[in-house]
Amino acid sequence: MTDTRIEPTGAAAGAVAPEASERRFSWRITGRWVGITGLLAFLVAPIVPLFIWSISFRWFYPAILPTEYSARAWTEVITPHNDVLGVAWNTALIALVVTVLSILLGVPAGRALGLYEFRGKRLVEWMILAPIIVPGLAVVLGIHVLFIRAGLSNSIPGVILVHLVPTLPYMTLVMSGVFANYDTDFELQARSLGASRWATQLHITLPAIFPGVVVGALFAFIISWSQYVLTLLIGGGQVQTLPLLLFGFVRSDPAIAGALSVVFILPAVIVLLLSSRYLSGDNAAVGGIGNI
Amino acid sequence: MTQVTLSALTKQFDEKSPPAVDRLDLEIESGKLTALLGPSGCGKTTTMKMIAGLLRPTSGDIGFNGESILSIPPEDRGAVMVFQNYLLFPYMTIAENIGFGLKMRKVDRKEIRTRVTDMLDLVQLPGFEDRKPRQLSGGQQQRIALARALIVQPNVLLLDEPLSNLDAHLRDEMRELIRRIQTEMEITTVFVTHDQEEAVVLADRIALLFDGQLQQFDVPDAFFESPESIEIAKFFGGTNFIPGHYEGGEITTAIGRFRAPRSAVEGGDAVLSIRPEAVTLGAAEGNSVMGRIRSHVYVGRYARFRITLGEIEVEAITDPAQVKLFNDGDEVPVTFDPAKIWVIRPASSEQ
Ligand SMILES: Nc1ncnc2c1ncn2[C@@H]1O[C@H](COP(=O)(O)OP(=O)(O)OP(=O)(O)O)[C@@H](O)[C@H]1O
Ligand SMILES: [Mg+2]
Repeated sequence: MTDTRIEPTGAAAGAVAPEASERRFSWRITGRWVGITGLLAFLVAPIVPLFIWSISFRWFYPAILPTEYSARAWTEVITPHNDVLGVAWNTALIALVVTVLSILLGVPAGRALGLYEFRGKRLVEWMILAPIIVPGLAVVLGIHVLFIRAGLSNSIPGVILVHLVPTLPYMTLVMSGVFANYDTDFELQARSLGASRWATQLHITLPAIFPGVVVGALFAFIISWSQYVLTLLIGGGQVQTLPLLLFGFVRSDPAIAGALSVVFILPAVIVLLLSSRYLSGDNAAVGGIGNI
Repeated sequence: MTQVTLSALTKQFDEKSPPAVDRLDLEIESGKLTALLGPSGCGKTTTMKMIAGLLRPTSGDIGFNGESILSIPPEDRGAVMVFQNYLLFPYMTIAENIGFGLKMRKVDRKEIRTRVTDMLDLVQLPGFEDRKPRQLSGGQQQRIALARALIVQPNVLLLDEPLSNLDAHLRDEMRELIRRIQTEMEITTVFVTHDQEEAVVLADRIALLFDGQLQQFDVPDAFFESPESIEIAKFFGGTNFIPGHYEGGEITTAIGRFRAPRSAVEGGDAVLSIRPEAVTLGAAEGNSVMGRIRSHVYVGRYARFRITLGEIEVEAITDPAQVKLFNDGDEVPVTFDPAKIWVIRPASSEQ
């Protein structure tokens, strides 16, 4: 709600203002470039040696690059009998369902935590944080017993449910940060102008929280996509995902492991780059992570 | 045409603090402009939200044309509220903001566009369709918020401090505008203000609230001529209160006896009140006492004198030329016009 009129104190103030704002503007551009370059360096750099591994045939010390190359690892990855693509699809599907469930549960939970004061709020906050702080293994051993009884172990639904243990806290935290900076009077204003409950959610709430949802969804997707321990324990070897496949090859065949790693990392990098504009510091969603 | 009735309307946010709105009874006439006046935190916004259906009352009832509307959701009440901080939707253009209510009513796009343009002309911001809210000044945003409410032609219009961010010139123009539209469309309008002058200029009737309780509900001049309590008189700029005893149309005080035909009390302990503009200096015309001028200020349009009458001090606002007639320390006759004296019941704490 800024008032753009220039105060009568005059020309001096008027002359300084545009210069100052230009300077701020150029800083922001520089900052953004540093950010993007840094992001690329951290995300893309690790892929390079992995990729070189995947196409090397002979690569011994002290050679900096492989002395001989081969497409064997990539052929192995693509051949149907290893079913790498099937497993990748499976992993993506699990991660997608986990992400959607995290949004559906995490957004209302984050709203409650961010907006309202209620009795036992601190306790609820601790319960939500617990799975992040307590090692996943400890949590999952308890859950395992339960899942066996419920017939959920060794199944995809079971794996999806157990992935929610680490993803849901992140989603909830991010959304509680978003809602802490959110003015519900906007919703009331919309209702008063004739919008139904549902139309208000669609036209008012959703656009306001969208960046936060993107950030939270990104976390959820990547956490699920790279999950190893939880999948191994609850899936019981019946549910195959990329991380499990990858670990299998790490000792036996570094070249194939390299190729798999590239397949494994690429989607995460793509998703991250696509949503990088929501990850800027101005974003309230990022602020929510500060609560951890 | 909608008449709004509040009966014992109460809102208590939590048990520990007193109610924000306390058993409010109000009969808001159809097609009239009613001001909800009171100091900050007295429950004005809370009352408006309850009428609009945005806040559930703790107890009491709200009726439109005699029928309770408590169970009707806000979007179906036909009452539109304009918030104190305008709340333009930041992701929408100005045109989308103004057209929002019509879009929700499924009016077709072409008609929305023409009506939005008409509205922008009405609030004197033509050509603003494609701007974003943050590119507007506070006063401009406030006018857009008004346009966004008016476009749906509500039965009841609830304006929460609609003019607070406008400069004096624009404020006068917007007052005219609200007045004109309101009379033309005969919208029952309630507007909140903490500025008594604004309430007086604009409203048909004023409801004065202190601490969530209705003090007086009356036409504007009544608050000057016959306020129901000392607090009310003070809120409207009254300064002179002299305790005494009232009997047979006369009030006896420490500084003398005065004729006072107008009174809120039958008799007994009472307070003589007289507005500073009604105190005259110089000629003794009866109902006078001698006083001594303690100090004066020349304000240009008027002059303000402080006069001691024995133990009591009163304020007089006079023609500015009078500063030439009197000096500080002078003995002068001070006259209270009997027609302007208003006898009030004493403040409850002094009883
Ligand atoms: N959501 C809420 N929860 C708790 N208390 C509230 C809430 N909203 C308002 N109050 C309290 O109720 C009282 C009345 O508030 P309200 O907003 O109605 O005042 P107001 O008359 O509109 O004041 P102003 O002129 O400053 O806008 C205040 O004491 C306020 O602190
Ligand atoms: Mg208010």
